[in-house]
Amino acid sequence: MSDLKGLTLKGALDGLETRRFSSRELTTAFLAAIAEANPTLNAFITQTPGLALEMADRADERRRRGEAGPLEGAALGIKDLFCTKGVASSAASRILQGFVPPYESTVTSNLWRDGAVMLGKLNMDEFAMGSSNETSAFGPVVNPWRARGSNQALTPGGSSGGSAAAVAADLCLGATATDTGGSIRQPAAFTGTVGVKPTYGRCSRYGVVAFASSLDQAGPIAKTVEDAALLLRSMSGHDPRDSTSLDVEVPDFPAFVGKSVRGLRIGVPDEYRIDGMPGEIAELWDKGVAWLTAAGCEIKRVSLPHTRYALPAYYIIAPAEASSNLARYDGMRYGLRAEGASLTDVYENTRAEGFGAEVKRRILIGAYVLSAGYYDAYYLKAQKVRRRIADDFSAAFQDVDALLTPTAPSAAFALGERSSDPVSMYLNDVFTVTVNLAGLPAISVPAGLDSSGLPMGLQLIGRALDEGSLFSLAGAVEDAAGFTAKPGRWW
Amino acid sequence: MAIDADTVRKVAKLARIAEPEERLAGLAQELSGILAWIEQLAEVDTDGVEPMTTCVAARLPMREDVVSDGDRRDEILANAPRSDKGFFVVPKVVE
Repeated sequence: MSDLKGLTLKGALDGLETRRFSSRELTTAFLAAIAEANPTLNAFITQTPGLALEMADRADERRRRGEAGPLEGAALGIKDLFCTKGVASSAASRILQGFVPPYESTVTSNLWRDGAVMLGKLNMDEFAMGSSNETSAFGPVVNPWRARGSNQALTPGGSSGGSAAAVAADLCLGATATDTGGSIRQPAAFTGTVGVKPTYGRCSRYGVVAFASSLDQAGPIAKTVEDAALLLRSMSGHDPRDSTSLDVEVPDFPAFVGKSVRGLRIGVPDEYRIDGMPGEIAELWDKGVAWLTAAGCEIKRVSLPHTRYALPAYYIIAPAEASSNLARYDGMRYGLRAEGASLTDVYENTRAEGFGAEVKRRILIGAYVLSAGYYDAYYLKAQKVRRRIADDFSAAFQDVDALLTPTAPSAAFALGERSSDPVSMYLNDVFTVTVNLAGLPAISVPAGLDSSGLPMGLQLIGRALDEGSLFSLAGAVEDAAGFTAKPGRWW
Repeated sequence: MAIDADTVRKVAKLARIAEPEERLAGLAQELSGILAWIEQLAEVDTDGVEPMTTCVAARLPMREDVVSDGDRRDEILANAPRSDKGFFVVPKVVE
């Protein structure tokens, strides 16, 4: 049974279905792996072994009765941004210290409805604000991957670094994550895993701690494209409790994996070939083009002229929305309260003690760009640029069915390497953030290793609601890349 | 546009975050750096462009104005830093 945790989600579901092992056995194997790895990797903020075994037993019982759901007995990790009833949910912030939600997020409810088992809550950047996991109040997650011949601790990316690291290190079969500017796809690329940012509105935001509401979207991180499709099918669906949740049917995503991509037109955007991009990333991109050509796709050059303005627009829009959303943390109704002489002092001290440096920085930027006299120059301007970016995509999708780009401008970097310069950290999201602004779906697929043995990912971007084509294309890239590398077990 | 320490003090007040005097100059420098990078948006011609506030084209859904959830006082108060007899306890607001 020692190989259970190395299984894919699909492999585990098959094994459960044929009774080769039970969910209790599977869950026990993961709990042991987490207990062993977590002191080093720090992927989990909260472990829930008791609850996991209870859920596993109930799953085994339902399977015995012939009532198995699509994910029955599958052990998953949940990003700590999702509220889970009766289990501490912190958004990796001190300000939510002690907060135990009395309700369940819709996405996690959907997973439990389909039989999944929760192993615990995964570490992340505080309020999902970060690209390296270093802003977590619980300390950074360490990437299970290390450069060949090096002991240096690398970032798993962020903000869903715990989700990506846990999947890469075989601490769970798959994980939930969220993506506001690249927080699913960049960590997936840094850890050799598959990450999907679905169309805005595909997954309900109810019960997901809000960062930037017009950009936030939940999605899975998984070991394979098929696993990601299985997870997204369960996570998606209309929810009346989120007014931006789309009332559309959830396609059978797994059925798209393995479908022929012959005849699909793939756009390669000129503007993504940025200065200073490592040669290995450019070569990987060329390989991706060759793989899809060989699979029968037609490759076209396209132009997305406003690409370079996406990050600056994002760093107005996201902080503006964050400063509004995070106004609720006032020390009155839940979480941390710091004392003070007056009510205002209590507010100010609570927020000073409760928020970390990056969160404060973004709240201040947001409050500034929304303040009297600056609203038009910054916020309104950014919303107009956002429209330009979305229009670029609409024009490109007249001629092509999907776009192929690198996921991130580098492989995983060392913890501490970029934390002193906010703007250089923000540039991590240069290829991913455009998609959030336009509300489009995108997927990151592991496609190769760089010369130091670290994983790199390719990103496919699709039309709104066309995750199906992305799963077919990502499956084709996955097959062609034959990416089977795993991190060595040094922890 | 560069931000000075006075502006940071004002914005921190608006955001209800206590920032000690000695941090203001450093923060002003950091925020100015970020804003200088953001300034490049001025290059984009946005004349006549409608601001984009959402990626969902659908109209906001309406529902009957009726109570759909409730009777959860104790569940809600369970997370309060301080509560008493079914109420949140907060610092004195009115002098």
